[in-house]
Amino acid sequence: MSTVDKILALIRDTSSSLPDDVEKAILKAMRREEKGSSAKMILKTILDNCALARENVTPLCQDTGTLTFFVDSRLRKKVNRKVVSEAARKATEKGYLRKNCIDSVDGRSYDDNVAEGAPVIHYFEPESPDSRPTVTLIMKGGGSENMSRQYSLPDSSLGAGRDLKGVEKCILDAVVKTQGYGCAPGILGVCIGGDRATGYEIAKEQLLRGLADSSKDPRLAKMEKSILKKANSLGIGPMGLGGKTTLLGVKIASRPRVPASFFVTIAYMCWAGRRRTVEI
Amino acid sequence: MIELKYPFDEKSIRSLKAGDAVSITGVIHTGRDKFHKYFADGGRINVDFKDGALFHCGPVVVKRGGEWKVVAAGPTTSVRENPYEPEFIAKSGVRIIIGKGGMDAATLEAMRKYGAVYVQAVGGAAAVSAASVKRVQGVDFLDEFGAAEACWHFEVEGFRGVVAMDSGGTSLFDRVASSSHKKFLEFYN
Ligand code: SF4
Repeated sequence: MSTVDKILALIRDTSSSLPDDVEKAILKAMRREEKGSSAKMILKTILDNCALARENVTPLCQDTGTLTFFVDSRLRKKVNRKVVSEAARKATEKGYLRKNCIDSVDGRSYDDNVAEGAPVIHYFEPESPDSRPTVTLIMKGGGSENMSRQYSLPDSSLGAGRDLKGVEKCILDAVVKTQGYGCAPGILGVCIGGDRATGYEIAKEQLLRGLADSSKDPRLAKMEKSILKKANSLGIGPMGLGGKTTLLGVKIASRPRVPASFFVTIAYMCWAGRRRTVEI
Repeated sequence: MIELKYPFDEKSIRSLKAGDAVSITGVIHTGRDKFHKYFADGGRINVDFKDGALFHCGPVVVKRGGEWKVVAAGPTTSVRENPYEPEFIAKSGVRIIIGKGGMDAATLEAMRKYGAVYVQAVGGAAAVSAASVKRVQGVDFLDEFGAAEACWHFEVEGFRGVVAMDSGGTSLFDRVASSSHKKFLEFYN
């Protein structure tokens, strides 16, 4: 199989098949919702939708999102921009991707989803030289991206100070502000600290973590659990129509900051948390 | 789940309560920004909306073997139609508006006055909503508005949604927003 075809297959599978852990979390959540409730019906519809999309190999959501590739730097030559662009072009032709890329200056559509900087490609340094090189793709739709937020502490309107309690308040405020508008239930990727740009980058990277994964920092692991629990007690529910399932997961990381800044950045991912990793 | 079949009579629509899960069968028509603007400007529409349903949707439809086939038909955000919807409800006699994210107080009031409801479709569930469209009856304004904004006439079976705004003046969006905010404040008191 050529590298283009491998990347094409990665796009196809990411677009049409929800990750196992996300699907299982939705199933578990559905069982928890009350019988006959709208929440249960919505989660059931989402599961039916995922089964159908997988079977027919069609996009599981009509917004096939921004394509962001995380590529092991040892693959820099093999999985280069030309190869990724070619795969995106083919995926669009085959209907795995919708025409989803608009020129921001004149509003024209890039019908093949290829333009300067699209798809997005990040090359990362491998953790160990013995690991098998991988490519990960994440597809994030506009409805959920519009719900990502950045706070700057202290935030007097919230009464959130420069401590972990203030951080938690920002994150929960983001959940309340978002309601169901990012196609809840969602997954939060959070970065505490960093500058504005790395805040969003690191927050988004947390969305690559599996739902079962806990932070290695026990303080952050504790916070991930407590925010998930609190958020799900708010009663926002699937699509914001009430219920016990508002979030499926919370993943937090921290980065150092300069003394003058303290950002809390939240990347919101909808139920259609499409991510997939392949070895190449 | 409550089954609703076209034509949707006023009495059964008025008996629906915010929070009810529904399944819709019959014909529904799509209409978005251009459609609403055209109607508000006094344009003529040859579609009978009386006791019918309007779907805020920009579908992906392709022609296969001379027949229209729906590839994706998820709901689109409804707030953009707020300025037009009260008048549309009053003049067209529509009973069900399907979309995503809810609508404003003026629309809620028109729903109360004329007997209509807002149904939230499941956001992002493109595959199931496309599968519930059994046939495309036809399309209006295809050349004028383009495929994503045209007025498509879909025959649907078991199209699922939740009544989010009822004709009694209740909006589930408002109710959930205020109760969740209250709960949030309680964490810190
Ligand atoms: S927010 Fe997610 S599920 Fe909703 S329409 Fe966008 S990509 Fe699809």
